[in-house]
This record gives sequence, C-alpha cells and structure tokens, in this order.
Amino acid sequence: MNFWNDPLKVAADWLEGIFTGWGMDAVFAHVLVAFLGVMLLIVLLMVVDIFLVWVERKVVARFQDRLGPNRLGPFGLIQPFADIIKLIIKEDTTPGSADKVVYNLAPILSMMSVLILWAVVPLAPVMLGTDLNVGVLFIIAAGAIGTLSIIMAGWSSDNKFALIGGFRQVAVMVSFEIPMLAMLMIPVIFAGSMNMNAIINSQDVWYFWISPLGALIFLIAAIAELGRAPFDLAEGESELVSGYNIEYSGMKFGMFYAGELLHAFTFGGFWAILFFGGYRFFGLEQVSPFLAILILIIKAMIGYWLIMWVRYTVMRTRIDQMLAFNWKFLTPLAFALVLVTALMNALLAGAPTWLYILGMFLANVVTGWVALEIARSVTRKEREQVEGPAKTAEASH
Amino acid sequence: MVPLSWYLIFSAALFSIGLFGVLTRRNAIAILLGVELMLNAVNINLVAFWRYGDVTSMAGQVFAVIVFAVAAAEVAVGLALVISVYRRRNTVIADELDMMKW
Amino acid sequence: MTGEQIIFLITAGFTLGSGLMVVTARNLVHAALWLVSTLFGVAVTYALLNANFIAVVQVTVYIGAIAILFIFAVMLTRRDLRDSGPQTNKNWWAGALLAVLTFAGLASLLQGWSGFSKTGAAFPSDFDAIAALGEALVSPDAYVLPFEVASVLLMAALVGAVYLAFNRK
Repeated sequence: MNFWNDPLKVAADWLEGIFTGWGMDAVFAHVLVAFLGVMLLIVLLMVVDIFLVWVERKVVARFQDRLGPNRLGPFGLIQPFADIIKLIIKEDTTPGSADKVVYNLAPILSMMSVLILWAVVPLAPVMLGTDLNVGVLFIIAAGAIGTLSIIMAGWSSDNKFALIGGFRQVAVMVSFEIPMLAMLMIPVIFAGSMNMNAIINSQDVWYFWISPLGALIFLIAAIAELGRAPFDLAEGESELVSGYNIEYSGMKFGMFYAGELLHAFTFGGFWAILFFGGYRFFGLEQVSPFLAILILIIKAMIGYWLIMWVRYTVMRTRIDQMLAFNWKFLTPLAFALVLVTALMNALLAGAPTWLYILGMFLANVVTGWVALEIARSVTRKEREQVEGPAKTAEASH
Repeated sequence: MVPLSWYLIFSAALFSIGLFGVLTRRNAIAILLGVELMLNAVNINLVAFWRYGDVTSMAGQVFAVIVFAVAAAEVAVGLALVISVYRRRNTVIADELDMMKW
Repeated sequence: MTGEQIIFLITAGFTLGSGLMVVTARNLVHAALWLVSTLFGVAVTYALLNANFIAVVQVTVYIGAIAILFIFAVMLTRRDLRDSGPQTNKNWWAGALLAVLTFAGLASLLQGWSGFSKTGAAFPSDFDAIAALGEALVSPDAYVLPFEVASVLLMAALVGAVYLAFNRK
C-alpha cells in the first residue's frame, strides 16, 4: 500500500502516528484525524463551489448569447472572488419583526443539508466518507433537512412573499420526493443493496441502459427538488420578488445561493453514481484514486450542465400545473415503472446479459410510451371539453 | 457499551414529557405534538429491545416500521380533522370545541 | 465511562431538553421546530443502537413529512401568527403530577425486571440487518400480513384525510 493507491489511509495513518507521538490518546487521535478529514472535504467542496459560481455564470451567458464575466482575470476566473468580497462586506440586515434565531439558523441548515450529502458520495473505490448501508435513503433524509430550512426561512422573515415562496417550495419538495424515492429503488433492485459503493460496483453495464426512463424521472424529480427552473416558482421573480430568501442579504443570502449551486452539482453527481457508473470508466478507476475522482467530477459536471441546460431553456410552470404533473403523471408512472422493473428483473433473472439489457430497455420504452399515450388521450379529452372537437387541419400539424 | 436500562429510562422520560404535553396543552395541534413524542418513546423501546435481545429476530425493527406508518396515518387524519374544525369554528383550542356537549 | 456512553448521555440530554421545549414553548411554530430537534435526537439514538435503516427512515418520514405537516397545520390554523394568551389549560399542575407519577411508576416497574441492566451482545460481523429486515417485512413466514395491514391503514388514512380537509363549496 503506498500513497498513490490509497492516499487517505496513508495520510490518516501518518497523522495518527504524529498525534500519538505527541502523547495523545489513540482513540482521541483517531477521532481528531476523522474530524480533520471531514474539514478537508468541506473545504474542498467550498472551493468547488466558488468554481461553480463561475461555471454557472459563464454557461448561462452562452445560453443567452452573451459573453458572461470576462474582465477579471483570464476568462473572468476572478469574478467569483469579487462576488464573495461583495457579499461579505455588504450590510447584514435582519428584519425588525423577524424571528432572529430561526432566521439565522435557516441558511446554515440549508448549506448543511447539501454538505451532509457528501458523507455518502464515493469519490473513489477507497475514498468515501462513510460506507453507509442505507446510503441511497440518506439522500432523501438530507433533503428533508433542506425542506425544513426553506420553511424556516420563509416563516421567520415575517414577509408575505417569503412565506408564500416557502410554502410553494415545500409543497414542491414534499411531493417530488415520492417519485424520486421510487426511482432510487431502481438501482437498488438491480444492485440488491442500498450501499452506494455496491451500486457502483455492480454497474458493469450503466443502469442508464437498463432503465433510461428511471434516469429521466430521477432527473426531473431532482430538478424539482433543487427548486430550479422550470420548477423555480419558489423564487418566481415576477410575482414573489425573490421568494423565501427575499429578506436575506450579504453572506446569509450567499449561503442559500452557494448551497443551491452545490446542491445542483451534487445531484449531477448522484445521477452519475446511480445511473452512469459513478467513478467507473473502462477500468481507469483501478489505476489511481485520483483518476477515479476526476472521472466522477467530469460525470457530475455533465449532469450539472444538463440541469443548467434545462434551467435556461424551459419556462417556469405554475404551481397547480406542477403539482398536477407530479401527482397525476409522474408519481403513478414512477410506481408503475418500479413494478415493471421488479417484475422484469425476476422474469429475466436467468437470461443472458444481452437479452436482460434488451428486455429491460424495451420494458422501459413501452412503459414510457403507454404513459404518454394515456396522458395524451386524457388531455385531448379535457381540451375538447373546453374548445370543442379539434379540427382535422390542426391535427395534421 | 450502554446498558439497556439507560435506553429504557430515557424512553420512559420522553413518554412522560409527551404525556404532560397531551394533558396540559390547549391547542389541538400541540396535543398531537405530544402524541408524537409518546410514539417516539415507544419506538425507542422497540428498537432497544431488538438490539439487546436476539438481533437475528427482526420483530423489534419491523414493529418500529409499522409504528412509523401508524404515526403518519394518525398525523394525516388528526391534522385534517383540526383543519376541518378550524374552518367551521375558527378555533383550534381544545377547550372551546364543545359541539358534542350541551 | 466509554465514548459510546458519553455520546448517549449527550444525545439523551439534548432530546429530552428539546422534548421539554416542545411541550412548554409558547410559540407553536417554535414547538414544532423543537419537535424536529427531538426527532433528530431520537434518530441519533437509533444510530447508536445500530439500527441504521430505522434512523434514516426516522429522518425521512418524521422530519421530512410529519414535522413539515405540523408546521403547515400550525400556519393554516391561525389568523395571527403571534401567540397570545396562556398555552396550557387550568389543570396543568395535575398533568405535571400525572406525568411525574407515570415516569416514577415506569422506572420502579423496570427496576424490578430481571433483564433491566443487561448489556447487549456484540453485533454479529457477517449479519446484514437491512437484508434481514427486508426479508422479514415481505416473507410469508414473518411479518408480511402486519406490513400489508399497515399499508392499507395508511391508504385509508390518506383517503380519509383528503375527504375531511376537502373544501366543499
């Protein structure tokens, strides 16, 4: 075992050796080293977060046909630091009628709910926070804390826009948790484990090829969970000014903003882990853990880029459309897909690999097609009730 | 290793706190909050007995899961009742809800 | 005193303190938020008992759904978000007395039980508690019937809740 094969273990052993050499208790040294490891991960994530601000601004500029930040440093790379300095030196205001403790706790919880997710992300075969045997459920549990932070922010601001924004966001998050949880079950069915590392190791074929519909529903639910466009009605600038974070300024707003960006990146990472093999890429991950981290980051970046693409292309929906979409379409479809996947998995248990993949793929396509046909016929009926029977000329378009 | 007694005393204390809330609160929603504390105390006992008994027999954890389902059902119906009462009487103070007596 | 015992004592103190705040806080939204911290403390207790699945489900179901529902209900059932008037009824001392008596009764009852202070056996190393729980929940030899009954109960509660809260014109 050397540094390049298992850097974390080597570094931890080295540090523990130093600490015990100083006469420290072995157990205490172990706890201290674990704590330092957590701090290292958080610091690295914050550095990535600064980089994400730049990426987001650059990409949105390209989507909107402009250049984006390009004055400070090469390609505007120093722009995020200027943003941070601005946020830090900005006056930190608290509304007089706000509930001070809850108001100040909300941004911290928001950031925490994102950082805590990285405890179960396997960065490389040997590098992960904790090898939790319920890692997949942990994602939803951390999301619960995020939901809580938003309702705390909305309520404690004592502002009607903030309260409405908070209500909307929580309604969205609670309802889209259900299809998301159902879709998390699909990798679990294939891998037979809720452990993240086990899910990655069993992906000799990316689960995307076995369950493309599952990956799609997971992405939609993740975008809703993040509160990004087209599901960003919690912010809804045109009607709610800024939603739940309207009263926040300075670094407290910065925490919400940075948390949102890191959350999007994190869900890009989860999408990659659950459906695109995580750090695995043609055996390259065995060469070095650093290469594995690089692969995971590239895959997470692609997922993040896709989420941004959706955000800057699709228009905002109304809250009733969005909840109807979830409860009447996405949730039944997710449950049907879980049923179909479990049944096909049992039926094709003894089949050769190519037949298994083909059967699963076709089952997904058929499920999605049937769901779309049902949705189409129902909405056509609704439209006919409102507008009268459709004209044949329109139908031919 | 923590002895079983600590968990049992802990859950008994939590149960008593919940009972106090149920008995003394005026607001119907606050009474339900107390009921939640009592259900949690029961769950701690179930899981502790699983851990300190035969871990291969999953009865404790299974019934903890079932208590989760019962708690969710209780909260859904309870809060729906509270909201429905609020619509009719404009109050959720339990003392003022005297439709059943005259 | 071992590290595990220290962690247990901190968790228990935190949970009981939050629990007391739940039943005494004047502001009901604060009471609901204190409920969240109590539930979190209980989740940590489950983790200490090696029941990972129950701990995560506790956070998901209780904090993610039930506590949020409570906060919603508190906000939906008031004209004024500030609380006024006493939050406890006239007989609060009787309630306190009964709660203390319950605790004393439970404690003395448990003291007399032979298995009271037993310590747990070491966790079997090759035992997968989650797989065992999953099998127990769906196996016909084990608990599939209670599990199904629970799901029917949940469904009935859902329909009943929608029917009760539905706003008839």
